[in-house]
Amino acid sequence: MGRMTNLSSRPQTMAEKILSRRGTQVVYAGDLAVVEVDQVMVVDSIAQSFIQRMQQDLNATPRYPERVSIVIDHVAPASTVSVAQAQKEAREYAAQTGVRLFDVGRGICHQVLMEEGLARPGWIVLGSDSHSTTYGAVAAFGSGMGATDIALAAASGKTWLKVPESVKVTFTGDLRPGVTAKDVALEMIRRLGADGATYQSIEMHAGDRFTRGERMTLANLCVEAGAKAGLVVPGGEILTAYGYDIPEWVYPDQGAAYVQSIEIDLSALNPRMSAPSEVDNVFDVAELREQLRDQPVDQVFIGTCTNGRIEDLHAAADVLRGRRVAPGTRLLVIPASSQVMEEAMADGTLLTLQRAGAVLGTPGCGPCMGRHQGVLAPGEVCVSTSNRNFIGRMGDKDARIYLASPAVAAATAVMGRVALPEDVMTHGEVA
Amino acid sequence: MPRIWKFGDSVNTDDILPGKFAPFMAGEDVFQTFAFHYIRPEFAAQVQPGDVLIGGRNWGLGSSREYAPQALKKLRVGGIVAPTFARIHYRNLLNLGIPAFEYDLTGVLQDGDEVSLDVQTGVLTYAEGTVQLPPPPEFLREALAEGSILAFFKKHGRFPGEPA
Repeated sequence: MGRMTNLSSRPQTMAEKILSRRGTQVVYAGDLAVVEVDQVMVVDSIAQSFIQRMQQDLNATPRYPERVSIVIDHVAPASTVSVAQAQKEAREYAAQTGVRLFDVGRGICHQVLMEEGLARPGWIVLGSDSHSTTYGAVAAFGSGMGATDIALAAASGKTWLKVPESVKVTFTGDLRPGVTAKDVALEMIRRLGADGATYQSIEMHAGDRFTRGERMTLANLCVEAGAKAGLVVPGGEILTAYGYDIPEWVYPDQGAAYVQSIEIDLSALNPRMSAPSEVDNVFDVAELREQLRDQPVDQVFIGTCTNGRIEDLHAAADVLRGRRVAPGTRLLVIPASSQVMEEAMADGTLLTLQRAGAVLGTPGCGPCMGRHQGVLAPGEVCVSTSNRNFIGRMGDKDARIYLASPAVAAATAVMGRVALPEDVMTHGEVA
Repeated sequence: MPRIWKFGDSVNTDDILPGKFAPFMAGEDVFQTFAFHYIRPEFAAQVQPGDVLIGGRNWGLGSSREYAPQALKKLRVGGIVAPTFARIHYRNLLNLGIPAFEYDLTGVLQDGDEVSLDVQTGVLTYAEGTVQLPPPPEFLREALAEGSILAFFKKHGRFPGEPA
């Protein structure tokens, strides 16, 4: 790190560097920047608004159609006629304008864009989904925006934003077995608070720790601390092994100005869980397990842009192999993409999950935002690998959502109560 | 006279408009009737044009869904005052032309208090006095002067602050 390859004499953070490179001048936190956008991502749930903004309000077509992607993932396949109609309009729009379309079943927007190489180091990627911070996993400045901003970006090829201050998060030590990137992210949110990084970028110094998928989990959850972007500094061979070209200039400079610095010792971390109904309401799983000893868990959901990747399904399968989901508990597993699903099919993971009693869903967002496929009834309790536990998020307002890693979720499914992986050793075994 | 609707800290976009009532699910004409459906079910039926929402910290955290502020716009909410806003939502509010002021009024005003808010000057008048609310950030005023960011872009073919 600390390579002096910036455009100016004053040291810059990663966010400042990317926004300077994609703009017309060297910028620092607090400056207004108008920047080139490398990819604009539109999800099905705003497709109608987006098309309306483009056609009626702006009377514009996408300036660079190849830089725009529409992903049908939030309610896929369609659940009602009106949803089907909105998706039909999205398909027609893509056909007319030449923008990319990823249709039902291809998967969750962030996962798909990463798989397709549509987020790359040093790029700016805007998405109509708040978890667009995910692209920071590969050192892209990813940020979520609303339909109006997304349409303006598609029409102009640019966006305008205030250059964020940055929070520096340094990870030290190594994770203990059974502790995952999800636990790290929840701990980071606990430390920062749900508004601890509002308007700011979180710059994560992880060295050569964490795979691309784990980096996606970390960057994904940065928005839950309010962040505009969550950037993981590339380290080691992790990204180059995937074929990414990492420009020298993308690394933050030594002496860059941070608004706050925190250090997280990974070796001291235990599995974490967010209790209802705010993401920063984080506890040790062991502690919640005691508190919720007599509380049956009705549904366990493994999937979403946070934790629906192959390594997440592997972690769940490792716990569930040779065991059964507890009677009275439903386990819903939804791979993040068709690619993840295919891989999990080929290596037997899906069979393991199926035999354990999992219900498998179409690649996509599933019940994460409460629109279809597994929403919760009043009073039900769900342990989910997703990213939000807000009231009413996954169905009824009196349902309660706990957020955890895939391994903890799988253990909970076997025990029928909040559990740690080590708890399942003698439970739920299939003869 | 416009009234105050007071909320607490961390009102999120699912509170403002639960995801399952998105326009493409609930219908373009009625989705606003589900504003604050779970946390203040009487809101949509009783809110009057010009009423002012007062929130606590981190108003609007959560999703980028623009239909949350769109619902408030359709209900003709006069403005939102909160000590801090979540960034995506704040941008969406200003993009749609809903006045948003970063200021803490939770200790000053109560639910149902009558007020008048001059969105141009940021002066809020209530029974016992007036408050000068801070103006939006400088680079947004240029856009707001044209009515909205969309109107600005359409007229000038560029963003505020971008060289012509």
